[in-house]
Amino acid sequence: MAKKRMQLFVCSGTGCTDLHGEAVLDNLKLELEANALENDIQVIRTGCFGLCSLGPIVKVMPGDTIYTGVQPEDARDIVEIHVIKGQKVERLLYRDHESSRVLSCSSEMSVHVKQLRIVLRNCGIIDPENIEEAIARDAYEALGRVLSEMTPEEAIKIVKDSGLRGRGGGGFPTGVKWEIARRNKADEKYVVCNADEGDPGAFMDRSVLEGDPHSVLEAMAICGYCIEASTGLIYIRAEYPLAVARLKTAIKQAKDLGLLGQNIMGSGFNFDIEIRYGAGAFVCGEETALIHSMEGLRGEPTVKPPFPAESGFRGKPTNVNNVETFACISPIILKGSKWFSSIGTEKSKGTKVFALAGKINNVGLIEVPMGTTLREVIFEIGGGIRNGKKFKAAQTGGPSGGCLIEKHLDTPIDFDNLIAAGSMMGSGGLIVMDEDDCMVSVAKFFLDFTVEESCGKCSPCRIGNKRLYELLEHITKGKGTPADLQRLKNMCYVIKDTSLCGLGQSSPNPVLSTLDNFREEYEAHVIAKKCPAGQCRDLMEYFIIAENCVGCTACARVCPVNAITGERKEPHLINPEICIKCGACKEKCKFDAIIIR
Amino acid sequence: MKTINSPAELRRLKEEIKTKMHGSDSGFREKVRIRVHSGTSGLASGAKSILDFITQELEKRNIDAQVIRTGDLGYCFAEPTIEVTRPGEAPVVFGNVDKLKADEIIEKFIKNGEYIDGVLPVNYQTIN
Repeated sequence: MAKKRMQLFVCSGTGCTDLHGEAVLDNLKLELEANALENDIQVIRTGCFGLCSLGPIVKVMPGDTIYTGVQPEDARDIVEIHVIKGQKVERLLYRDHESSRVLSCSSEMSVHVKQLRIVLRNCGIIDPENIEEAIARDAYEALGRVLSEMTPEEAIKIVKDSGLRGRGGGGFPTGVKWEIARRNKADEKYVVCNADEGDPGAFMDRSVLEGDPHSVLEAMAICGYCIEASTGLIYIRAEYPLAVARLKTAIKQAKDLGLLGQNIMGSGFNFDIEIRYGAGAFVCGEETALIHSMEGLRGEPTVKPPFPAESGFRGKPTNVNNVETFACISPIILKGSKWFSSIGTEKSKGTKVFALAGKINNVGLIEVPMGTTLREVIFEIGGGIRNGKKFKAAQTGGPSGGCLIEKHLDTPIDFDNLIAAGSMMGSGGLIVMDEDDCMVSVAKFFLDFTVEESCGKCSPCRIGNKRLYELLEHITKGKGTPADLQRLKNMCYVIKDTSLCGLGQSSPNPVLSTLDNFREEYEAHVIAKKCPAGQCRDLMEYFIIAENCVGCTACARVCPVNAITGERKEPHLINPEICIKCGACKEKCKFDAIIIR
Repeated sequence: MKTINSPAELRRLKEEIKTKMHGSDSGFREKVRIRVHSGTSGLASGAKSILDFITQELEKRNIDAQVIRTGDLGYCFAEPTIEVTRPGEAPVVFGNVDKLKADEIIEKFIKNGEYIDGVLPVNYQTIN
């Protein structure tokens, strides 16, 4: 079989398919057949081009011509004008409104592509276990430049001017953090990379370490030079065996080449990196708890100040940054602070990696400039909600964050806007919920996580969160009262105000934010004792609609507890006293006679 | 491996590596490159067996290609994913690759440059 003369790529992403992309594909095939070209020209179904708002998309190769908004009836023109006559179908090319220029190829269209990869620049492209591939893509070049051409102050200034803020959740300016660590004098200082990724659903740090470990090693060395530290430590959870293995290989290869270790690139600067393992406790993502864990002590936080920049690992000044933050450093040094600060919003610069999870079509990692809206993230890049259901909420910031709802869809995502919306950036986990999710249960899920992960040192967090969880459980079991909602709120504020560290101070956020945004759902639970989403088992009742029931007895036969009675060919009845709400009957019924109410 | 003693030496090494990969003159015959995305997400969906299958089949069918094990691209919804770069052409990513599909990719795309369904277009910009 020979290579075809021409290929027509038709997007079969969710967005384009919704816009009759499938009919476009069928018509293209029909037109080709009508012209006896089906053996010469191939029609290929592809994944999403990331241009959903301009769909359906058809791309013609060779020539890299992109047609937008293609309707099924346009297939004839594409075949007759482009394929046969070799001319472009002008009316289907995209015309930019501002410049009124016609954009016809992928590179020109790229301004409409929502994703920009800085942190993930090498992920999936280089072999992480071969340092040569990394070097071919600029690894360690920034380190070389910093060591040979810059003073630590100059390098810190670039990071500071870039506007880079900590990607681990807090959003503290990285350059300022480095500056403080530099100012504190000591005989020994430490650079720590926080790879204790703990938010449910977030896995960007793991992906960076697995795909491009050198980006982190290089940035740690740059940081070491800036703050005068000669030891770097990576605190990583032992549950990431692949990331650990690839990191070890990367460290060894960098040392062998003299890119880490003594007298790096002949500069006289020494920097070594070691790995420290965590046991996967969520609280160890907090810097003081992390440092204690590295020292071999219990992973418990302490009051700040003193900040780690003054007294951290072994009582020495320590700078802790997250994996994603470090991964931004080399491009900033190489391309300059102006380049980085030109991306993003006024107060949040650069890009952010999000891990899309939950009821979304394109589950995975994406990287977008700060200021991209939630709508673009979920409905364009993410391909929309699974099974065409309705969007209900998106949880950002994991168990410390809150949920964003319909009205937040067009808010540009950045550190400050998310806080204003009652959530937070966190590490970038984004869990999407649809109409079938019960928000009280969602809050309960996150609380369950916090209760499990609370270190137990301070009572508001240890006892408060447990009580909060119990109250939520009470409500989902239908035992709540309207007064409980106020109690819930009060308890949240006490925990927030009096907890020792970030874990307790933020753990009530999912409750507060769901209470704010979905008060009617809580009220339905405590007043009508109903769960509108049909998730809370104790509030459900299976019921047979007599008119629909033909008395086939299928449900009665499948019921494991014999809760269904009725004569053959007569409407059946479910005894709610015996029913365990397993749903087996509803699944079996062919007549839609069984409902949940 | 010798150590690097200055930024200039690093730059020289980089050029050497690039020459090794892409050749210095137009007469250089590049190999087909196949990247199998083998991060946790890829491996969990079976990237390892695809990697082994492709390596084995290329040898059996006498195709001179380089198989590279990389991290994940982020397309978790379509794992395992592989990327094929034919000499002088832009890389093409295929999603939901099983052995059947891998076989089709080798026979049609790697051998003849004939595309098959399931191409994942590049939907992002990058800085390099």
